[in-house]
Amino acid sequence: MQHLPIFPVLLPLVVAIILLRKREGVDPVRRTISITATALLVAVGFWLVSQVAGGDTLVYRLGNWQAPYGIVLVADRLSAMMVLLTALLALGSVIHASGGEDNQGSNFHGLFHLQLMGINGAFLTGDLFNLFVFFEVLLLASYALLMHGGGKARVQSGLHYVVLNLAGSSLFLIALGVLYGTIGTLNMADMAERVSQLPADRQGLVRAGALLLLVVFGLKAAILPLYFWLPRAYSSAPAPIAALFSIMTKVGIYAIFRVFTLIFGEQAGGLAHLAQPWLWWGGLATLVMATLGVLSARDLRMQISYFMLISIGTLLCGLGMEGTASRGAMLFYMLHTSLINGGLFLLTDMIADQRGKVGTRIVRSRKFKYATLLSALYMIGAVSSAGLPPLSGALAKAWLMSTATLSEGLWLWPLLLLSGLAGVIAASRAGSTVFWRHNNGDPGGERLSRSKLAGTVVLLSAAPLLVILAGPIGGYTQATAEQITDTVQYRSAVLGNVTSVTPGASVDAD
Amino acid sequence: MEALYAITTGILTASGVYLTLRGRTFPVVVGLTLLSYAVNLFLFSMGGLTTHGAALVGTNENYADPLPQALVLTAIVIGFAMTAFAIILAMRSRGDLGSDSVDGSRTDREDPRENKA
Repeated sequence: MQHLPIFPVLLPLVVAIILLRKREGVDPVRRTISITATALLVAVGFWLVSQVAGGDTLVYRLGNWQAPYGIVLVADRLSAMMVLLTALLALGSVIHASGGEDNQGSNFHGLFHLQLMGINGAFLTGDLFNLFVFFEVLLLASYALLMHGGGKARVQSGLHYVVLNLAGSSLFLIALGVLYGTIGTLNMADMAERVSQLPADRQGLVRAGALLLLVVFGLKAAILPLYFWLPRAYSSAPAPIAALFSIMTKVGIYAIFRVFTLIFGEQAGGLAHLAQPWLWWGGLATLVMATLGVLSARDLRMQISYFMLISIGTLLCGLGMEGTASRGAMLFYMLHTSLINGGLFLLTDMIADQRGKVGTRIVRSRKFKYATLLSALYMIGAVSSAGLPPLSGALAKAWLMSTATLSEGLWLWPLLLLSGLAGVIAASRAGSTVFWRHNNGDPGGERLSRSKLAGTVVLLSAAPLLVILAGPIGGYTQATAEQITDTVQYRSAVLGNVTSVTPGASVDAD
Repeated sequence: MEALYAITTGILTASGVYLTLRGRTFPVVVGLTLLSYAVNLFLFSMGGLTTHGAALVGTNENYADPLPQALVLTAIVIGFAMTAFAIILAMRSRGDLGSDSVDGSRTDREDPRENKA
C-alpha cells in the first residue's frame, strides 16, 4: 500500500474537520466517531509497524516531488513505533474523556484529533521545516486543549505554556535559518549528506544552529533548565489531555533522537555527537531535580508530573549514553513510561471524582466507594512507574542500566535507583494517605464512570503486557536502535543513491 | 545593506526579548510580536540578500533564493495565528485572574515608576 505513510496524518485531519462542524455540546454520535477513528488509528499504527518491522523504510513523496526539493514523509521502525504508541495512548485518553470530561467545554474531540495529526506528522516528516509546521499544529491544538473547561489554574499555567512555546518557536525558526543558510537544504537526509562535507569555516555556525535546535527540542522534552513549565501545566490540565501530553514530551525526545543521530551523528565529521554530553549531563541533572520534586509534591497530579520528569531524565540519559544497546533499552522504557504515566493521570481524575472537594491533594478526606479498586490500580501504576519488579518499569530500567559502561554506570546506577526509591517512598506515602486516612462516616462519591475506568485500564494494562511480550517488543526496539544508527539506509531510502549534489547548488540543479 | 539589515534585526530582537521578560501580559505579547518580526526578517535573509533579482530560477543570472520566501510566508501566517491566540489568552487571564501580571497575582510587584505616574 503505497499511501500508507500519510494515513496517520490524513485520518485525524479528516475526522477533526467532521467533528469540528458542530460547535457546542457532545452527543453520542460524535463520541462514537471519535473513539472509532482513534481505534482505526491504532489499526493503522499496527499496519505501519508490520510493514516496516522487516527493516524497510517507506518514503512518501508529497506531490511526487523528488526528495531534496519536495517534502517527504518517512516511516522507518522508529516513526512507526511512535505513531502506534501515540494511537494507543490516544485511545485510552479518548475513551476516558467520553466519561464526561469532553462535556466541560466545546470542541474537545475535534481539537483532540487535530493534536493527533500534529503529533503523527512530527513523527513521520523527513523535512526540518515541515517538522516546525507540525510542531505548530500540535502546539496550537494543545493550547486550546490545555485550557479545556477553563478555570483559574488552567488559564494561568496556560499563559506560561503559550508564551514559552511561542518563544521556543522563534528559536526554532532562527535555528532553521542558520542551518539553511550554512548547509543549504532542510531535507534531513540531504542535510546529513552535506554536513559531512562542510567546509571548516562554516562549522561554527552549524554548531550554533544545531545547539539552538537542541534548546528548542529540550524545551519540548523538558530537560533541566527548561522544565519548570511542565509540572504546573500538566497538573492543571484536564486528565485525558494530561495523559495525551505524556507523548508531547516524547515528541521532543524523538526530535532530539532523530536530528542528532541522523544529521549530527557519526558521519558528521567535526560535528559528530554534538549533543551527547549535553544530553547526558542534562538528563542526570533532570533526574536529580525530578527525584526531589517527587518527594516534595503535595498533590497526586503534581507527583505524577514529577514521575514523568524522572522518566524524561532517564530517557535523556539513555540518549546521552554511548552504544546502540542503550538506545534499544531507552526506546523500550519510552513505551513503558508513556503508557503508564498516561494511565496514572487518568486514574487521578477518577480518584478526584470520588473525593469531592479535596480533589487530588494528598490529605485526609471522606470515605469513598471503590477505594479497593482504585487503590489496586494506583498500586499497579506506581509500582510500575517507580520500577519495582515484576512490572514493566523494573524490566525497562534494569535493561537500561545493564547497557551502561562502567564510567556511565557510576553515575546512572545510583541516580536511577535513588529516583526509584524516592518514587516508592512518595507513592506509598501518597497512597496510604489518599486511600486509608479518612474521616468517619458513610462512604460517599459518585458512581464510577465505566468509560473512565475502561480508558484507565487500557493504559495501565501496558504494565503487565510489556513484561509478557518483552521478547518481541524488546527485539523490535533493539532493531530500531540499530536501524537509526545506520544512517546510510535512511539516506539512500530518501535520496535514492547516496552521492550528494555539490554543496551550494541546491536551487539551480532542478 | 547587509549591515543595515543586521542592525534592524538585532534591535528588533533585543526589544522583543526585553519586552518578553516584563511582568505584565501586554508587554509580553508585544515582545513576542517584535520577536516574531525579527525572526521573519532573519528567516527571509537566510538564503542571502539579493537586489534586483526575481525569485525565479532560470529567467535571470541574478535570482533570489525562493525557498526562504516560501518559508517566511508560512512563518508569518503561523505567527499571526499565535499572536491572536496569545492576545485572547492575555485578555482571558486578565478577566479570570483579576490581574494582568503573568504570574496572575493580584498584589504583584509593581514598577515604582509606574506608581508615580
